[in-house]
This record gives sequence, C-alpha cells and structure tokens, in this order.
Amino acid sequence: MKETPLHDLHQSAGAKMVEFGGWHMPVQYGPILEEVRCVRERAGLFDLGHMGRLSVRGADAVRYLDRIATNHVGRIPQGSIRYTLFCREDGNPIDDLLAYRGEDEVYLVVNASNTDAVLAWMEEQRAGFEVEIDDRTPRETMVALQGPAALDVMNTVTEGGEVEGLGYYKFTFATICGRPDTRVSRTGYTGENGFEIYFPNEEAESIWSALLEAGAGAGVRPIGLAARDTLRLEAGMPLYGHEIDEHHNPIEADLGFAISFAEEKGDWIGREALDRVRKDPRRKLVGFTTAGKRVPRQGYDLFRGDQAVGEVCSGAVSPTLDTNIGTGYVPIDLAGPGTALEMDIRGKRQAVELCQLPFYSRTRK
Amino acid sequence: MRPDDRFYLPSHEWIKINGDTGIIGITDFAVEELSSGNEGDLVYCDLPETGRQLEDGETFGEIESVKAVADLNTPLAGEVIEVNAAIEEHLEIVAEDPWERGWMVKIKLGNKDTSKLLDAAAYEDLLAKQN
Repeated sequence: MKETPLHDLHQSAGAKMVEFGGWHMPVQYGPILEEVRCVRERAGLFDLGHMGRLSVRGADAVRYLDRIATNHVGRIPQGSIRYTLFCREDGNPIDDLLAYRGEDEVYLVVNASNTDAVLAWMEEQRAGFEVEIDDRTPRETMVALQGPAALDVMNTVTEGGEVEGLGYYKFTFATICGRPDTRVSRTGYTGENGFEIYFPNEEAESIWSALLEAGAGAGVRPIGLAARDTLRLEAGMPLYGHEIDEHHNPIEADLGFAISFAEEKGDWIGREALDRVRKDPRRKLVGFTTAGKRVPRQGYDLFRGDQAVGEVCSGAVSPTLDTNIGTGYVPIDLAGPGTALEMDIRGKRQAVELCQLPFYSRTRK
Repeated sequence: MRPDDRFYLPSHEWIKINGDTGIIGITDFAVEELSSGNEGDLVYCDLPETGRQLEDGETFGEIESVKAVADLNTPLAGEVIEVNAAIEEHLEIVAEDPWERGWMVKIKLGNKDTSKLLDAAAYEDLLAKQN
C-alpha cells in the first residue's frame, strides 16, 4: 500500500486508516456524520495525495487529449478546468477526471483507483501524437479545503489576494503558506465553496499544519474518505465504480455536459457509441430518498411491485437532508421524481422515492 | 481481557450459556469495526422472530452502521425464545454495553457442544493476529 506524505500525521491524529485505491488513507477521524456537518457548516481539510496527477505537454497535447477525452479540450480557456472522461470505443468510461488548461501543459487529476489504467490507456493511444506524459503522482501531492469558511482561511494563507477573485473551475499559481508559484484551483468534490492546492511532497506536512492552524478559529477539521463520499453524494457527484464504470456510460449518468459532439473537436474514442446512446437512452441515473432506517448500498435491487427494475449505485445516511439517500439506474420511463419504488435488502423491502439530483445545492437552497 | 464466561465466533459474536439457554450478542470489537466507537453510527438492527429455528453458525439477522452492514450469526443451534426489544430503537445500548445490556437474542439450545467455539483467550489471540 502506498502512503501519502501526510500518512503519519493522520495516524497521530487518531484516524482510522483503510486501503483505498492502493493507498493507506484516513477513512474517519471521529464520527462520520460530524465530519459531514463540519464541512457544510464550517470547513474541512482533505488529504487527496492518493489521486493521480499527470502533466501532458508537447505540440499535440490538446489534439491528443481531444482524441481520448469526451469534452472539447481545445475550447477550454487557459486557466480553466473542465470535468471530462476517458472512454473506450464502447462508450464506457475508463475514468472521470479534471483537465486543467495551462499555458503549455494540460494537467490532469484522475481517480486513485484508475491511475494505472489511465496511464496505460494514454500510452496505448499516443502513437502519432507529439506528446510527453509525466506522472507527477509520486512527487506531488494535493489537499482540499472545502466549506463556507474556506475562502476566509485561504485568504489568510495566501499572499496578495490571488485567491479572492478566483472563479469557480479556474486555477492559478499563488504564494500559499509562504510557498510561491503554488497551483490552486477553485474546485472540489463536496458541493461547498472550496479550493484544492497542489505542491511537492516535501511541503505537505507544513502546508497541512499551516492550514489547520489558520482554520482553527473557524473550526476547520481534517476530514476522512467516508465523509467525503457522503458529501459528494449529497452534491449529486458521481464516483467511478458506482455511478459510472465499464458498464455504465456517462450519457445515462446524466453527464452530457462533459461530452462534446462538436465537429471542431473531431472524432474521439467512444463518440460513435455515445452518439447512439444519446439518441436512444434506455436507463437513467436517479437520486432517491428513503424514510426507513436501512441505508441504501451499492448492489441492492430496486423493485416496482414484483419486478426488478434497477440497481442502487451508492447510498448514505445524509445528515444534511436528515434522511437516507441513494442513487441508482432505472428505466427511462420510471425515472420521474416522485416515483415510488422499493429497494431490496436480502429479501426485505424498504420504500424509496425518486428525486432530482443533486440532493443538496449550496446555491439553490 | 474480554469476558471468559462465554464463547466466541471468529465473526465476533459471543454466546453465554445458562443451563439450556444461550444468550447471544456481539463483541466490542464488532461494534468498533462498524462504528469506530461512535454510538450514533449504529443505525439499524434486524433480529429474528421468536420461534425461528437456527442451525450452528446460521445468520439470524443484520446490524447496520452508517458505513457498513454485518451479518449476525449464532454460535450454536437452537430456537429463538426472546429478542432484545430494548435495543431496537436504542442501538447505542449495544455500543455502550455489548456484553450485558446489549444482548441480542436468547435461544433454547439445541446443541451445547462448544468445542468448535473460541474461548476468551482464543478470541483474544485471534484479534491479536488480525492486527
């Protein structure tokens, strides 16, 4: 198992550690529901060292990425970030990721569990393109600060107000915790306002400690992967291996905003298959709430009367909504909000009610 | 040292034998695995009907926390004669006192052969090896 530079700090803080995507990561430091509330009410700090960080350079970098990514990379303005996917010919994703368009590089952040698969795929597809692919994962790390208090805390550790005006899904380089030229983005996986910061491994402990210290007055705490999963689910964000995977395509997962069929983009891997899906989708990713005590979990079947109609992708106890929530796939004609179904837990049923995603939106309250 | 007045399964259930009756519950280790010491994290427990016949090792129910579901297995065969109704709405009792107040089911023993079960010392050994 790999360890991030912050591994020992998590253990000293009493975190419960688990294996995740090949890394030994903190799953919780205390009660999970309290960690979720901390992020929604104050702010939380996340170690994201397990995620893959790749740099693509070279004369053909953008053209190459437009061949393997679903979004229109050529149209990403410099300094902007876009959510995208790498798919196979059958339209099913290898990973979902963020692409950061820099001056002479496109920086990619990919899932920990898929980093090796993404790198292998990128190698496989690079023939004929003048590109350099640099896996920065072993040398650089990242953290996220998310929550209503995040901006105030960032302002105290950033020189020159560089972060104050940073727009959503944009990135820049600023002096953070005294370190110049540090990449920072206004992105996150929680549905809260927040920032992600990227720096060499050697700086990790000091930056992490500085952020916790700067945020102490605001009640900032370190947050583990369990709370992270609940937060992203509340915010309606997919997790590879749950809402999307080699059998669940991004069209039916309602990720059309990340898929471009523009002529200007040219042909790309998976275009034809996803074009067919978008013209004739069969199923749809939906959210649901359930008033019962059982928690929805991946793999539970969804029933309408006696008929199995779908499957649960993710589930959680939601302290923000004060109910249990989940996502799943159902046939298109059953996907309307308010539709009453049941989830099956080893033969016992519990009523669920379909609803729109996201469950929680910071801007639509 | 965990109570030595009872026997254990590797899946962290215990059974305490009083004559022809067996009382079944889960260990503090099971509670910790599910909830990391946070009582609020236990959200649901599914216990059997009285009268149900259980075989050695059979799954009789489930306990669920915020992040996981675990089977509940009987160490010995028997008939369910009583279920702890008090814990249904108050699962924190299981977290607070898994050995006494947090008992789950009582069975009329069909089998009293404890030779395949772990005693307290063997259970401690098992936990030590897990770490």
